[in-house]
Amino acid sequence: MQVGHLARRSVARTFRQPANVVFSFFFPLLLLAVNSGGLDAAASLPGFPSDSFLDFALAFTFMQGALFATTNAGTDLARDIQTGFLNRLALTPLRGAALLAGQLAGVVALGLLQAILYLSVGLAAGVRFEAGPGGIVVLLALSVLISVGFGAIGAFLALRTGSGEAVQALFPLLFVTLFLSSMNLPRNLIETDWFRTVATINPVSYLIEGMRSLVITGWDAEALALGFGLGFAVAAAALAAASLALKGRLARS
Amino acid sequence: MKAFRSVALAVAWRSLHNAFTNPSILLPSLLFPLFFFTAFAGGLSRVGDVPGFDFPDGYTAFQYVFVFLQSAAFGGVFTGFAIARDFESGFTRRLFLAATRRSGILAGYAISALVRWMFTAAVVTVVAVAAGMRVGGSRVDLFGLVLLGLLVNVVAVLWAAGVAARTRTMQAGPLMQVPIFLTLFLAPVYVPLELLQGWIHAVASVNPATFLLEAGRGLISGEPTELAAAFGVAAGGLLLFGLWAVRGLRRAEAAGA
Repeated sequence: MQVGHLARRSVARTFRQPANVVFSFFFPLLLLAVNSGGLDAAASLPGFPSDSFLDFALAFTFMQGALFATTNAGTDLARDIQTGFLNRLALTPLRGAALLAGQLAGVVALGLLQAILYLSVGLAAGVRFEAGPGGIVVLLALSVLISVGFGAIGAFLALRTGSGEAVQALFPLLFVTLFLSSMNLPRNLIETDWFRTVATINPVSYLIEGMRSLVITGWDAEALALGFGLGFAVAAAALAAASLALKGRLARS
Repeated sequence: MKAFRSVALAVAWRSLHNAFTNPSILLPSLLFPLFFFTAFAGGLSRVGDVPGFDFPDGYTAFQYVFVFLQSAAFGGVFTGFAIARDFESGFTRRLFLAATRRSGILAGYAISALVRWMFTAAVVTVVAVAAGMRVGGSRVDLFGLVLLGLLVNVVAVLWAAGVAARTRTMQAGPLMQVPIFLTLFLAPVYVPLELLQGWIHAVASVNPATFLLEAGRGLISGEPTELAAAFGVAAGGLLLFGLWAVRGLRRAEAAGA
C-alpha cells in the first residue's frame, strides 16, 4: 500500500517530463544507428562473433537506457530532498524500504518501456535472436534488473549529495564505465592491453555480454550466469548503499 | 575599434577566469575528448586491421583527428553554455548597458572559446603522442590542421551563441549540442568513408563534417586531401553562423535581455 502510492507518483512524475523520456528513449537508438553503421566493417575482423554489427551492438542500447535510469531516479529523488518532500515523508510511518521501492518504480516502468522499444526497433531493423522468443523474455528481465541496479545507484548518489546537479555531474563518470567495457568489440579482440584489462574487470562488460549472448550466441549459460549474477550483485549493493544513505539522511533531517 | 577591442578582451578575460577557476566548468571540456580518445583509439584499435583500412599513420592518429576536431566543436558549445548562463543570470543585460560596442561581446566569447580549446587540444595532443601516435605530416601540414580546428571552434561558438541569444536559458544546452553531435557522428568516425556502407555512407558522403575529417586526416598523415572543400565548409560556416549569432544578439537586445 505504502509502496503503491509512491510508485504511482514516481511513474507519473517520470513520464510527465518529456525531455527525460524522449532523451532516454531515442538517444540510445541514435547511437545504435550511428555505431552499427559506422562500425559495420568491424564485423569482418577475423574472430568477430557475428556477421552483423547491429546484432552485436543492440545489447549496448539497453545498458545506455539503464544509465539514463540512474540519472532520472537520482535527479527525481534529489528534487524530493531539495524541496523538503523527503523530510515530510520522514514524519509519516513510511518505512525506508518502501520509500526506495516506490522511488524506483518509475525507473522500472521507464526501463521496461525503453527495453520494449529498443527490442522492437532492433527486430524491425533485422536483428535475429539466436535464443528465440524465450531469449527475448530473458533479455527483458535482465534489462529490468539492470535498470533497478542503476536506478538504485542514482538513488544512492542523490541521497548522499542531496543535489540534482551533483547527480547530473556524475553522469559522465558513469558513462565512462560503459565506454571502458566490451561494448564495441569482444574482449578477445581488444588489442590494447590496459583497455582489455579494464574491460575484463569492469562489471558492465559482463552485463552487456549476458544480454548480447541471447542475440548472437543463443543460450550461453556462463554469459547469462555472469550477467544475472552481477546484475543482482550490483542491484543488491546499490540498494544496500541507498538504504544506508537514506537512514543517514533521515537521521540528519 | 578600440572600444570593440576593450569590450572583447574584457568579456574574454571574464569568461576565461570563470572557466579556469571553476573545475566543474573546465573539467568536462577537458575530460570528454580524453575519454573519447581513450575509448576509440584504445578500445577500437583492432578496427585498423579491417580489410581495406589503409590510413598510413595507424588507428591512433586516425582517431586523434576526430577527437581533435570534436574537441574544437564542443569547446565552442561549452562556451555557448556560458553565454546562456550569462543571459539567464541577467549578466548579459548589464553587459549590454555597459558595452560601448556590443559586437565586441561576441568576439570576447569567441576569444574565450579559442583559448579554452587550445588548452584542451594541447592536453589531448600530449596524451596522443604519449600513447604512441605516429605523425607523417610536416609542420606546415600540422599548422593546417590546427587552423582547421580553430575555424571549427569559432563556427561552433557562433552557432551556440546564436542559440543562446535566442533562447536565453541553460535549458537550451541539448539544442546546442545535439546537432553538432549528430553532424560529427554521421561522418566517417571509425573507418574511412570508403568502408562505410548503406545509409551511413550516403549521409556521410554529403555531410560537411566528412570533408573536415578527411582533410584533417590527410594533413596529419602528410597526404593533404579535400583541403579546398574543408576550408570552404569552414568559411561557409563562419559566414552563416556569424550572421546567425549577430542576428541572435540583436534579437536579444531588442527583447531587452
